[in-house]
Amino acid sequence: MPSYDTSDIRKGLKVMLDGNPFTVVEFQFIKPGKGAAFTRTKLKNLLTGGVIERNLRSGEKLEPANVETKQMQYLYKEGDSFVFMDTSTYDQVQIPHETIGDDSNFMPEQIVVEVLFFNDRAVGVTLPNFIEQKVLATEPGFRGDTATGVTKPAQISTGASINVPLFINEGDTIKIDTRSGEYLERVGRA
Amino acid sequence: MVPPGVDEQERLAARTPTLIARAAILRAVRGYFEAQGFLEVETPARVMSPGQEVHLEAIPAGDGRHLITSPEYHMKRLVAGGFPRIVQFCRCFRAEEDGPFHQPEFTMVEWYRAGGTMDELMRDCEAIVEVAARAAGTWPMAPVPINRRGQYSAEVLALDGAFERTTVRELFRRHAGIELVGDGSEADMRGLAQRAGCQVGPEAAWDDVFYQVFLDRIEPRLGCARPTFVLDWPAPLGALARRKADDALTVERFELYAGGLELANAFGELTDPVEQRARFIEEAEHRRERGRAVYPIDEKLLEALGHMPPTCGIALGFDRLVMLVVGASSIREVLAFANDEA
Repeated sequence: MPSYDTSDIRKGLKVMLDGNPFTVVEFQFIKPGKGAAFTRTKLKNLLTGGVIERNLRSGEKLEPANVETKQMQYLYKEGDSFVFMDTSTYDQVQIPHETIGDDSNFMPEQIVVEVLFFNDRAVGVTLPNFIEQKVLATEPGFRGDTATGVTKPAQISTGASINVPLFINEGDTIKIDTRSGEYLERVGRA
Repeated sequence: MVPPGVDEQERLAARTPTLIARAAILRAVRGYFEAQGFLEVETPARVMSPGQEVHLEAIPAGDGRHLITSPEYHMKRLVAGGFPRIVQFCRCFRAEEDGPFHQPEFTMVEWYRAGGTMDELMRDCEAIVEVAARAAGTWPMAPVPINRRGQYSAEVLALDGAFERTTVRELFRRHAGIELVGDGSEADMRGLAQRAGCQVGPEAAWDDVFYQVFLDRIEPRLGCARPTFVLDWPAPLGALARRKADDALTVERFELYAGGLELANAFGELTDPVEQRARFIEEAEHRRERGRAVYPIDEKLLEALGHMPPTCGIALGFDRLVMLVVGASSIREVLAFANDEA
């Protein structure tokens, strides 16, 4: 694979550093008065999500990271793995629970997600920021209880329990932020 | 579609307060030099020898000439010719430099004090920052925008009182655990940098490794609480500076850092034509090794150095001075027309 140098750096460029794939988040030209030019770069580790800062001297070579993202639909759970289908080729892959982690709480069947492959191995799943889900089970609210900030648990199809306001009933459709796992608003009534 | 000219109208409207402040700052700085008895001079912008510095690339200007990267050579010829206190406000040109703190065309304030000391130049800097901040109406606390803050700075920078003073050695010791030797071998420096956790590419020369550590570990901590003078640079990093009397591995050079900006660079000027010629030849060799254009040695400068009294000289980036005192995050904010807007 041809290598990059610092003049190729732009947001979203995927490169290998210290054996890990990174994506460029930010970059800036810097140059000490008497020294060589550098590119001050902020990079996100695609495996851990950790962000590092690296000053790369002009002309330094960078190895491209062999990563790609594919739109895939989550089909069903099989044992401790999740089965996904490439929406354009219909190829299926299994991704273990440990790769997906707690995100599986917000991954209802049929949802289309972005799967990240590194050296042809699925290493991560990015959910849409928001999902809408029907409440399968929750205790009825108390009439007249208008206290704000008071919540109760509500169960959605993935089995996850979300804290919702007391006025939410079984069968209501709610919007959830998948990054924080928080209830946002009611979008449909039972 | 936006009608032509509308973007420019909006941009110039947004920059109006800063451009008015810039003009006031320029007047104030000129006033300071006049009060100090400096003569304001002008020297050629198109020259035969634009400077040998390894990392500066001059822009060709026809007839074998290049635009100046700094007015240093001609100003030294003036000092040698009997002008002891001179200042110049001029445009300098450096190819390949464009970013939030760089423009290929920028304004430099450069001044010389024959018979003067580095200490006097530092006091000039303190006074200039003060008159500039007063002209901009931000004295004594300059706002520091987020992209200039590094990891350690507050939202404002105190400009009053004496600036901090430290040395390159002290900074390497404190922030990188490196005991710096002026003329250390490349292998030594590389090992020390790697032990300090800095990533150094295989082709890095000694000064590249130096600046890798400097940018990784030191620069983000400089000038955060107060503007800071960094004194006593390793000899290879001051080709036009004289060696310290008590330490031949170190040259008389300081840099001023403030609020995430490198503001000024000063030298105790080398006035020995023999040593200067040797250093020019060495720098030309470094340029050749790196495949950069090699410019002719300035014989008129070398001739003049023989008549030059002991002198201290300094260059200050005027655009960055304006950035500092108005709190700009990018150099384009202090220009009516940045490079890509011209």
